[in-house]
Amino acid sequence: MSGAESLGNEGAAGEDVDRTPVPNADVCIVGAGPAGALVADRLAADHEVVVLDAGPRFDPADRLARQERAIRPFYGRPDVWGVGGERDAYENAGERGYPLNHARVKGVGGSTLHWQGMVMRLHEDDFNSGSERGVGTDWPIDYADLRPYYADAERELGVAGASDNPYAPPREEPHPMPAFEPSYSDSLFAEACEELGIDMHSVPNARNSEPYDDRSACVGYGTCQPVCPSGGKYDATVHVERAEGKGATVIDRASVGTLEHDEEDRVTAAVYATPDGEEHRQEADAFVVAAGGVETPRLLLLSASDRHPSGLANSSGHVGEFFMDHLFAGAGGTLDEPTRQNHVGFYTSACDQFYDEADETQAPFKLEFFNYAGPSPVEMALSGEDWGDPLLERLRDGYGNHVAMGGLVEQVPQADSRVALAEDRTDDHGNPVPRIEWTVGDRALDTIERANEIQVAILEELGAEVEWVAGPDATGPAYHHMGTTRMSDDPERGVVDADCRTHDLENCWIASSSVFPTSGAMNPTLTIAALALRVADDVDARLSGA
Amino acid sequence: MELTRRDATAALAAIGATGGVALGVRRTTDAGAGDGADGAVDGAEELPDDEAVRETMAATAAAVYPEAVSGIDAFVGGFLDGRLDGSAHGEGIRAAVAELESTARSWYDAPVADLPVADRDELLRGLGTDTAEEHPHGTTAERVRYYVVNELLLALYASPTGGELVGIENPQGYAGGAESYTRGPP
Repeated sequence: MSGAESLGNEGAAGEDVDRTPVPNADVCIVGAGPAGALVADRLAADHEVVVLDAGPRFDPADRLARQERAIRPFYGRPDVWGVGGERDAYENAGERGYPLNHARVKGVGGSTLHWQGMVMRLHEDDFNSGSERGVGTDWPIDYADLRPYYADAERELGVAGASDNPYAPPREEPHPMPAFEPSYSDSLFAEACEELGIDMHSVPNARNSEPYDDRSACVGYGTCQPVCPSGGKYDATVHVERAEGKGATVIDRASVGTLEHDEEDRVTAAVYATPDGEEHRQEADAFVVAAGGVETPRLLLLSASDRHPSGLANSSGHVGEFFMDHLFAGAGGTLDEPTRQNHVGFYTSACDQFYDEADETQAPFKLEFFNYAGPSPVEMALSGEDWGDPLLERLRDGYGNHVAMGGLVEQVPQADSRVALAEDRTDDHGNPVPRIEWTVGDRALDTIERANEIQVAILEELGAEVEWVAGPDATGPAYHHMGTTRMSDDPERGVVDADCRTHDLENCWIASSSVFPTSGAMNPTLTIAALALRVADDVDARLSGA
Repeated sequence: MELTRRDATAALAAIGATGGVALGVRRTTDAGAGDGADGAVDGAEELPDDEAVRETMAATAAAVYPEAVSGIDAFVGGFLDGRLDGSAHGEGIRAAVAELESTARSWYDAPVADLPVADRDELLRGLGTDTAEEHPHGTTAERVRYYVVNELLLALYASPTGGELVGIENPQGYAGGAESYTRGPP
């Protein structure tokens, strides 16, 4: 069906779907994003697995129409995947506003449907921030614990990368696919960086540089974020479909409102509502909450009971606390020569040279060399009061000479940066919506300035006229919500243990960036995937009695 | 610069069409114009058939496309083969075209295609589509902007030829491969 406004009726298409609970389920997973999908895929062959997701199952045939939404000015970013409305209501109450519905997709595939697809491993020191950098806390696991799972995750997602990054943590094998070639603008940056003694290297992409896993190579649509029509970019529907092929049941539009437990502190059922107004109880032997950094703590808080009055798995009082995101630092401008931007929607070169300089006062940060600086001509064409030759002239003036750099900066986990429940506002099922209180400390803000200094120096060396700088006052989140059910060996200091199993409930795991004790400055999804595969191993071992 | 069948195919691939549409093989009948999409003009006597929509859209394209492009009729026709597919969007195009035609006949006593290009431009501006923001369910100006003007501009500038006019042979929305970004300027 063509046309951007032809979308939006996923619900009606699925009215006759059976959304009743699965009898004799071994594992119930809440959330069909990358973490839930990977756990389901790993367990489905040997266990009865059911996955519940609050959002719809999107029709792959609609992706071009979603792309049209991404390009047309009438539609906002949340409209591309139908985020928003009563279902997704939320409140902001912190010192900084957090645009939650720009930062997530609800539905089968989760936020990988709109992600950019950058997949770096965390650095070794990221797991030991407290002891190595003197700030934050240490993870109860090390890089070495996660290293084989990182390699596994790279194979599962399909990662194109190279081993030319001298600052990356050690790896045991090449990436599954060769890296994407550097862009033309990378070659311009390279000369400037060489003059300044700054190293550039490739970046790992969860995007096919060649056909992989029965999916197409990238065909260059250029709209990776928020939608890839070709399937060249990984999204979690890959593993949802694979899990279903092994016998898993995935129920969409099943909004889990509470987890029930017994007197022995075992979760017994996920109570969920379906579009027909019915409420169901999905029982299982093991539960995996994989609902992201906001809905995961919200579900635990909504599941408060007489026995757990402050929320499930919350004897530490830390559920919802330590909410983190990566801060964006950027700068851009124009050159007096063509830069060939906006052919693709991903970047191909980065700089991790300054990452491990991190200490108490400077956060880890990474730098990115954009391939999509400045406006996209087709988007420009749809806004304005001109057409014909004057429009073409405006497009030629506006497109062609832009360059830009981005960067991500870690924020220190703070207890007062948190996700709680709103007091007066409820969602479409009558449940309190999330209230986000996002705060960012001086270390991150100071580090953004440091990143800006380097970015501006590179741009000036390049001969660019610097036209914008996204510094501490203009920064925003990278849409990586993390930290709200942190991992710790100490039940008083964290929500889950080193196996991502809740301290309080022996058959409940959390597979999500919400378990990150610190965030590093690397995009989180590869670490989410690695942890999910590790969770699957632990669940399997315990269900199998190992 | 001539728009080609490849451009029309690319534009369709970029922004979607019902599968299996063969460019150049047009439907010759119009199985009812339907009831119109949301926001269809009230009081429209009769919604135009596919040929009439193509004629008006091509005539409008001559006003909103730069002079440098040729082959407009075939390009617009080929593109619309995939858009007039019975979808809400296709019917929205039909309804917006009906309003545009109705206004043209009222103001100029002639269909859009019979107007000099300068008058087509004046018609669009008189309706306010130049300053309107696109909106599929908005005012007449907003709907004509969405379904006619921006529909045509989207088709052009998401195509290789439209992109090349601006200096980008692989514009956003066009699956032009993952190599062009590595190449320097021609």
